[in-house]
Amino acid sequence: MRLTLKVWRQKNRNTPGEFRTYHTEHASPDMSFLEMLDVVNQELILKGEEPIAFDHDCREGICGMCSLMINGIAHGPKQAVTTCQLHMRSFKDGDTITVEPWRAGAFPIIKDLVTDRSSFDRIIQAGGYISASTGSAPDGNTIPVAKVDADKAMDAAACIGCGACVAACPNGSAMLFTAAKAAHLSFLPQGQTERYQRAINMVTQHDEEGFGNCTNIGECAVVCPKEISLDTIARLNRDLVVAALKGLAPSTGVSEAKAG
Amino acid sequence: MTGVLTLYRTSVGKKVIMALSGFVLVGFVLFHMYGNLKMYQGPEAFNTYAAGLREIGYPIFGHAHLLWVARLGLIAAVVLHIWAATSLTIQSRKSTTANAVSGIRRYGEQKRQTSYAAYTMRYGGLLILLFIIYHLLHLTFGVVGYDAGQYQHPENGEYFVYNNVVYGFQNPLIVGFYLITMIFLGLHLFHGVWSMFQTLGLNNANYTGLLRGLAILIATVVVLGNLSFPIAVFVGLVGPAV
Ligand code: FES
Repeated sequence: MRLTLKVWRQKNRNTPGEFRTYHTEHASPDMSFLEMLDVVNQELILKGEEPIAFDHDCREGICGMCSLMINGIAHGPKQAVTTCQLHMRSFKDGDTITVEPWRAGAFPIIKDLVTDRSSFDRIIQAGGYISASTGSAPDGNTIPVAKVDADKAMDAAACIGCGACVAACPNGSAMLFTAAKAAHLSFLPQGQTERYQRAINMVTQHDEEGFGNCTNIGECAVVCPKEISLDTIARLNRDLVVAALKGLAPSTGVSEAKAG
Repeated sequence: MTGVLTLYRTSVGKKVIMALSGFVLVGFVLFHMYGNLKMYQGPEAFNTYAAGLREIGYPIFGHAHLLWVARLGLIAAVVLHIWAATSLTIQSRKSTTANAVSGIRRYGEQKRQTSYAAYTMRYGGLLILLFIIYHLLHLTFGVVGYDAGQYQHPENGEYFVYNNVVYGFQNPLIVGFYLITMIFLGLHLFHGVWSMFQTLGLNNANYTGLLRGLAILIATVVVLGNLSFPIAVFVGLVGPAV
């Protein structure tokens, strides 16, 4: 396959970036998108140029590291796949492909296509856990969980935290991620005790990280490689309303430090 | 009180305020459209309707008291709706402009895969705000859009809204402005009504089709009704009372 790539190159966080155009003749339809970039990088190295930096790890669609905006769609044109699981057969010989990093305030660009997504970790730290000590793994079925709830919790837990939702969101909001992380606990008995406090804490942290506000557009759910549904966001919204009715306030360390 | 502060401080809370104020405003536009249908029953019915709005709850409540309660409620809803929208838009802008390609574009290329209506909420809302101001100055206060002496102010509890509407819709530019705004009101309602349930957490995969349907129904009813008034006057179906 012959391809023309328009790739965002940026030296570091503080240097403005720009698009550069690269050509390759050596892509094969059987390659994944990342393998194609590997080939392009080999060619760049042979020419003595700096290779394109991009994030990746498992390359099997489960770690959430790969994160490319491909032709204006997060993770490219195929639904329900990550960039590493996208194959070049989804493109045509002679195509021009635009490749960009996720662009959002809370995802600073480290280099080229690599962004710093530790803001997601801090949202999880703000509430995406249960604080009860659980000891060693309990016997199966000691705590009864209805099948429907277990399934929904599992669907939400499928979130790999790649950040495609933020990248695609016209508001740069991380509500789908935040909601998924809250929902996989709120469907389970273990998650009930801190459910409403968790909702406020995670939303507060989400806002403090500089993510935008969800206006229910739904671009996030379309690009999500794990097909997390907008239902999770409705559920988080409802938990926040309940929290407000209960008179709860945020209790995360970060927000208190900032407010005080 | 802490609960109210939680709503005021968090993005989701502001959205909830937007949804609740939006609920009030949806109720208003429905009622407004329904009430104006009396125009088709002739000048007498329409003018009595205008006078009757002042007497809602009479004699339990004083003249125009309940009307003022409604007006204050509506003004509060408009203010809260706009405040929440502005504050949330500023928050989102910070996120989308931070690592943008340029001052006006976030990505070199970006494709939209969802409905158009959701993207018109902000500038559509702004257009509706300008429209409300114009609409009040026009049909309510009679200070714009009329030839001198054409607008009849109420006298001794008698209202002349019928003729005011007829004379108010003679200028094609004014009619055009009303029609365009109503299209945007329709888009605003189409996204807003469904969005309200999503924001309040009352939506899920089982209901979403139903709620989309409700949004389409409300948007269609309001828009068709409202579009019909200026058109009916303009083409002469509704003519001046003698
Ligand atoms: S590299 Fe792990 S999900 Fe793509």
